[in-house]
Amino acid sequence: MTGFENFAFSFLNMKVMAQYLPQIAQGFVLTVWLAVLIVVAGLASGLALALVRSFGIRPLNWLIIFVVDLFRALPPLVIIVLLFFGLPAAGLGLSGFAATWLSLTLVLMAFSEEIFWAGLTSVHKGQWEASRSTGLTFTQTLRHVVVPQALRITIPPLTNRTIAITKGTALGSVVGVSEILGASQSAMSFSANPSPLMLGAIAYLVLFIPVVAFGRWVESRFAWKR
Amino acid sequence: MDDFVQAFLNLDIISQASPILWRGLWQTLLLAVMVVPLGLIGGVILALLSTAPLRWVRILAAGWVDLFRAIPPLVLLVFLYAGLPFAGLDVGAWGAVAIGFFLNTGAYYGEVLRAGIDSVPRGQTEAARSTGLSQAQTLAFVVLPQAVRNVMPDLISNTVEVVKLTSIASVVALPELLFQARQAQNVTYNASPIVAAAVAYFLLLWPLVRLMSRLENKAMAGRG
Amino acid sequence: MRNAHSSPPIVQAHGLWKRFGALTVLKGVDLEVAEKQLVFIIGPSGSGKSTLLRCLNRLETPDDGAITIDGINLLSPKTDINKARQRIGMVFQSFNLYPHMTARQNVTLALRKVLGRGKEEADIAARHALDRVGLGERMDHFPAQLSGGQQQRVAIARAIALEPRVMLFDEPTSALDPELVGGVLSVMRELRESGMTMVVVSHEMAFARAAADTVIFMADGEKLEEGPPAQIFEQPQHERTRSFIRQIDRH
Repeated sequence: MTGFENFAFSFLNMKVMAQYLPQIAQGFVLTVWLAVLIVVAGLASGLALALVRSFGIRPLNWLIIFVVDLFRALPPLVIIVLLFFGLPAAGLGLSGFAATWLSLTLVLMAFSEEIFWAGLTSVHKGQWEASRSTGLTFTQTLRHVVVPQALRITIPPLTNRTIAITKGTALGSVVGVSEILGASQSAMSFSANPSPLMLGAIAYLVLFIPVVAFGRWVESRFAWKR
Repeated sequence: MDDFVQAFLNLDIISQASPILWRGLWQTLLLAVMVVPLGLIGGVILALLSTAPLRWVRILAAGWVDLFRAIPPLVLLVFLYAGLPFAGLDVGAWGAVAIGFFLNTGAYYGEVLRAGIDSVPRGQTEAARSTGLSQAQTLAFVVLPQAVRNVMPDLISNTVEVVKLTSIASVVALPELLFQARQAQNVTYNASPIVAAAVAYFLLLWPLVRLMSRLENKAMAGRG
Repeated sequence: MRNAHSSPPIVQAHGLWKRFGALTVLKGVDLEVAEKQLVFIIGPSGSGKSTLLRCLNRLETPDDGAITIDGINLLSPKTDINKARQRIGMVFQSFNLYPHMTARQNVTLALRKVLGRGKEEADIAARHALDRVGLGERMDHFPAQLSGGQQQRVAIARAIALEPRVMLFDEPTSALDPELVGGVLSVMRELRESGMTMVVVSHEMAFARAAADTVIFMADGEKLEEGPPAQIFEQPQHERTRSFIRQIDRH
């Protein structure tokens, strides 16, 4: 075999790819599903925490800041491993899927809380005063005046952070989740051929290249002058 | 409560495991000291290509950056570690980590630094060139120092992410902190070593996280 | 009186054309500046005067034409442009001081990196240049700690420290508050008296009347009129020159 044939046999082996395509397609669906659940729960809880923080209740805010710092400082894989291997000892067994989902949700919650909070505080005090002076309540001001302005500022960093954390779904393979990487790794060991891994990498590109391109578009669309 | 302490904060087990946890922490620090400069070098190269005068060079650089921002770093690492040997290229765990981080973190640093270079006004380059500085000198002494300063919060935040990301090296059996903690947990059937590792990561990175959120809040307030 | 005609002009530009896309900014402009002369260029915005000036430092490359400065063919690919630029100082409307460096460092950067001077030698030259613009006391201030007028004077020091043969000024006072203009103009006047060859694009008509040897009026990418200040300001030949000067004088 020539060098290229050799390479093609190892990395682009159509026969092996065809054989394991269904498995990896299932992994693809699982990854998408996991990602959607993380994004929805992570962003919702992050926004909720930021709103609670805006009420300015001291001890509560300290708690929020601590939780946010904690999940910004801990590597996601450490959290996943801790929840998966640690919780059973407390009589609380989590599946690999649940452990991965919960970990990445907490991480996204922490990062998005920080971004939402920075967005809320960036809205000028005069906006609050103007709105309250027309008789709107605190919550009405928040909802109709402050949040819409804050969103605009937060969207680019939020998009980038969300993409980065969603890519963390691949970490689920470490705790036995058969998402794309998990599925391709087991296929690779069954077939003794790395073509499934190539297929997995391609699957990730199909999934994330549009998302990354979208992030780039958002960044230029909402670009601000530094 | 006792059960909880036994399971998660068992000091006996942590002290038993402490020698290998310390070794793991040391490896993690070593890893960080290796991969952060590697990523920065890759990032500077990509940022320069992303701001090159030739259009097709800029497009290629942007494509490269997007490619490695789209592939999860763990996938890249597994490919380099477990896939490449099939092509007769065995780079080992350290080699796989070095190449993988160069490609992945290089793309992220590259994007941050590109934004920094874009933020330096054109007049700066013109003034420098008008005094006879070459293009390379202008970049090195006038543009890059300002670019780095302008995106300092993003650089710090990216560096925190890189240090956190070193934990995936445990997957390719590189004996860093998480790997050692899991070894200890396997032997003792107790989660305390992992909790200890988590505490170590937290103590290591918390100051940077605090600094980051201060800088971010300040930057955003400036834009509002 | 200067002997403007005894030696060949130090700046010779002929038939300069410059297009930006569909827009033609320079339409075959000629310019000659004799040694130790001050040539003053006026004209409405969009007349191409700034582009002409930027061509003289090759910050813009003309599409057609020839530029020779101090015997160096500026447009030849064989010319080491970085070396040539040492002899051509440039001052910008927006100062363009390096914000991360002190006044002294702003001045010494090119001395050290382009001329290869040692640190002490460069520091001495910087002190001398900053003294000349009256800012020797502010050597270690950062640009943000200086007023606009002081920043522009540091920018002039940055250029003259390289001992250029020609100085180009691109609207050096347009970005300044009125009360800060005088300081910059007096530095320029001192430069002229010391025999510096200067090309100035500006709206400071009083300065032009007092200090210029030649005034050029440009409009729509062409040189419409050229002559001594008295002639241009008192007896302009061209209708467009007349109306431009009337407008400026009203301010």
